[in-house]
Amino acid sequence: MSNTTPAARKADQPNSLHMIAVLGGFSFLSGFLIFFAVQATEAGIKQNRLEQLRGAVFQVLPGATSSQAFAVGNEGFRPVEIDDPTPGMKKVYAGYDDGGALVGVAIEAAAQGYQDVIRAIYGYNPESGRLIGFAVLQSSETPGLGDRIGKDPQFLANFFASDTSPDTLSLELTEDASGLAHAVEFAKNGEKSKPYQVEGISGATISSKAVVRMLNDSAQEAVPLIRAHLDQLQKGTS
Amino acid sequence: MAQGNPATTMDEFVKGLWRENPVFVMLLGMCPTLAVSSTVKYALAMGACATFVLVMSSVVVSLIRKIVPKEVRIATFIVVIATFVTIVDYVMQYISLPLYQALGAFIPLIVVNCIILGRAEAYASRNNVWKSFVDALGMGLGFTFALLCLGGVREILANGTLLNIRLFGDSFEKWGVMGLPAGGFFTLGAWLLFFNWLRERRARKLKEAE
Repeated sequence: MSNTTPAARKADQPNSLHMIAVLGGFSFLSGFLIFFAVQATEAGIKQNRLEQLRGAVFQVLPGATSSQAFAVGNEGFRPVEIDDPTPGMKKVYAGYDDGGALVGVAIEAAAQGYQDVIRAIYGYNPESGRLIGFAVLQSSETPGLGDRIGKDPQFLANFFASDTSPDTLSLELTEDASGLAHAVEFAKNGEKSKPYQVEGISGATISSKAVVRMLNDSAQEAVPLIRAHLDQLQKGTS
Repeated sequence: MAQGNPATTMDEFVKGLWRENPVFVMLLGMCPTLAVSSTVKYALAMGACATFVLVMSSVVVSLIRKIVPKEVRIATFIVVIATFVTIVDYVMQYISLPLYQALGAFIPLIVVNCIILGRAEAYASRNNVWKSFVDALGMGLGFTFALLCLGGVREILANGTLLNIRLFGDSFEKWGVMGLPAGGFFTLGAWLLFFNWLRERRARKLKEAE
């Protein structure tokens, strides 16, 4: 219907090469800028994460005043520095009180949450077989809902013993000590009846279940090892 | 011409801060406004991040406005905005990990904050660098101001604190819901009521004066 000449229409047509060049050029520049931003901040971010981990270890091991990192292998635990790279090996952190007695072991765990992977750390007391602390290291759960796994006092009472709630999550082993006697289970808010259950947060079921899953996966592996090689974690025996 | 005229420049700046405030007047960027305004600290951090991205991307968009073909302009603007958001993401982790984690998903989501793309498309792609810079700074500070208005009220009512300083005695009863998303809606509603009332009153006075 338009009465423009073919030549004029051709000039109106967008020039693909120009568009590709502009978009490609800006994407290239963008990659370059981001590369520099990563380079400039990488060391500092690593340092921040380490600081956070150090703080979290003491947070989940109440009463501990010093800590030691251990690399976990099949034959037990080997003391390492907290920032040593241990490729392919997991690390746990033993906490000791002023007298040098073992307070508990802090273990990192992770599971897929609602938005992204949730990373957390929990404190386990091998003597009582109970959890003594829990802290979220990294999560992008929904503010006000899922992120309550790190803040909600009622939920955290699953893991922090207090005068009003002495019964924290208990991790009993089977008789041959090869795994947990009961898998860690999710219980709805107000329906916790067994010591191996975690009472979830209503409104944050997916995030609570992710915590249950990460505790179970991690404890199935770590708790039998800790019980079998407990002497290696005591101070002065390494 | 605007560069030499301080009155116009001031006008551009105040426009974003007050007359066309992105949150209270244009109702843009509601998602971070409601989500990260539970305390003054988060509001300030979010406002600073968004202002930085807004100013930087407006300046760049204004600089490149003549070489970008109009068919790919939105895509190019998004690449520019996303670049600055990614940089902010890393810098936040570098400055304060706890603050970064508190803001969580809302830092990457600055990319889709419609104030930023809106200013790039509606203003920066049509005006020179200086005017775009002033406009973006005004809008960014206007956004920060709105976040602070919400964050201040919500933090006082939900925790009884302002910037973590306790304002009341032990008998203060915390109003928990104000810290939750619902509290964000209540507070935003109240502020909108207040600003609309101010505007109507001014319009009425102008009319009476005539």
